[in-house]
Amino acid sequence: MKPVPIANAETAAFWAGCNEGRLLLQRCGSCDARQFYPRLLCTRCGSRELEWQAASGAATIRTFTIIRRAVSEAFESDVPYVVALVALAEGPTLMSNIVDCDPEALFIGQPVTLTFEQRGDQAIPQFTPD
Amino acid sequence: MSLRGKVAIVGAADTEVGKVPHMSATALCIDAAERAVQDAGLTLGDIDGFVTCNSMAEPYMYHAEAMAEYLQIFPRYCVSAGAGGGTTFKVLYQAALAIDAGVCDTVLIAKADSLRTGLSRERAMILQSSSGHPQFETPYGSTVPGYYALIARAYIDAYGVTPEQLAAVAVTARRHAGLHPHAQMREPITVDDVLASRMIADPLRLLDCSLVSDGGAAVVLTRAERARSLRHTPVYLLGAGEGHGHEHISQALSLTSSSARQSGERAYAMAGLGPRDMNFAQVYDCFTPVVLIELEDLGFCGKGEAGAFVADGHAGIGGTLPINTHGGLLSHCHPGNPGSMFALTEAVAQLRNLAGARQVQDAEVGLVHAQGGILSSHCSVVLGNHL
Repeated sequence: MKPVPIANAETAAFWAGCNEGRLLLQRCGSCDARQFYPRLLCTRCGSRELEWQAASGAATIRTFTIIRRAVSEAFESDVPYVVALVALAEGPTLMSNIVDCDPEALFIGQPVTLTFEQRGDQAIPQFTPD
Repeated sequence: MSLRGKVAIVGAADTEVGKVPHMSATALCIDAAERAVQDAGLTLGDIDGFVTCNSMAEPYMYHAEAMAEYLQIFPRYCVSAGAGGGTTFKVLYQAALAIDAGVCDTVLIAKADSLRTGLSRERAMILQSSSGHPQFETPYGSTVPGYYALIARAYIDAYGVTPEQLAAVAVTARRHAGLHPHAQMREPITVDDVLASRMIADPLRLLDCSLVSDGGAAVVLTRAERARSLRHTPVYLLGAGEGHGHEHISQALSLTSSSARQSGERAYAMAGLGPRDMNFAQVYDCFTPVVLIELEDLGFCGKGEAGAFVADGHAGIGGTLPINTHGGLLSHCHPGNPGSMFALTEAVAQLRNLAGARQVQDAEVGLVHAQGGILSSHCSVVLGNHL
């Protein structure tokens, strides 16, 4: 079984958002910074006035790797699969898989778009080439 | 107020390394500890500070306390440290601070693990699957090589590093390991061998990855004035510094440089020395690209220049800056968190002028550097054989 994220009090809204098809960033009500992952306070100004804002879903690949040796049995049938860091159009970076793609054809700077994978009761963000 | 020259390493020893199925991780830790104390010409009764890191193969809730109990020693200062590969030099730094502050006089740092023969396949899988941020990284199924491959690809893309240059890091390490009588992998390899090894996580091939080993090592440190009365040439701690940028790679501010820059600058500043003064460097080589990034961030090369530096032979014994003279994690051994202990015991051997075929001529001062996490937390230490 692939790992299913377990939400905590700070991330419950984020994971609930994923189940509604939205990737929620935190926007600081005081300094307007966007951040990911969800936190108690704004890492730029320290304010706790954080609001949820849905990301547009547009992103680019900052870096990626093609995993040839799976981390666990649950991932073995996916080999080769792609793990990437993607930069959202809003600024923050997150880790994801690049799915529905030819791994050999990917490149740094490539535009990708948000999609979701249903894993148990939880949808998790994934990205696919435009 | 500076820590410079206040504390010296007076004992250092390794256990057997590689595949050591006849000893548990606990026994390896104890074996390393006892050998280092003996090397110092001291007895366990002289030890009043004790530091270990936990073992993955044989973990204890309170590891250092358990090892002290096993040895029947009763220290005044007792710490189990855990910060991945960076642990070794962080605890060295902190133990030196404890001595300088008068908390204790003589600290034994002993670290060991049995990752090669002491872990069940199931436990190895659990450990591997549990690296990364539990909510925001682990679900994506990366391996530890995969996390480092993310850095490797970004670094290669930014600076045009060639596969041959990366391979030269592994080839150099193996050549040095061939000069070490106890290294795990001593058979020479070529650039072509590295490039022909199977892909693990693009662009990292099998021979770009460090070993999985059993083994342990330990050092004893004490006040400089006491060190001068003991049997070996004291190896003084001249400078130390830490640098911290992130814990999880998806939060890294840069994918092509690291907090080794800060840790190195801080260590050099305390020592009153710079990268050009170093006769050798033992840097953290969990994967080949990490060596290049560290050589640059520690001031030995400009950004993007380390690939050519290593490929042109400057990092070999006899070159301008010999690195990882024992063979490093790539070829000497890598039992996990204790891995860089062997870089430390090797630095001690070099500065005692007892490194045999690996001896760097006229070695007086060297840098040791390690990092933990995914290029996350860094610690650099400058060591020298005179003040």
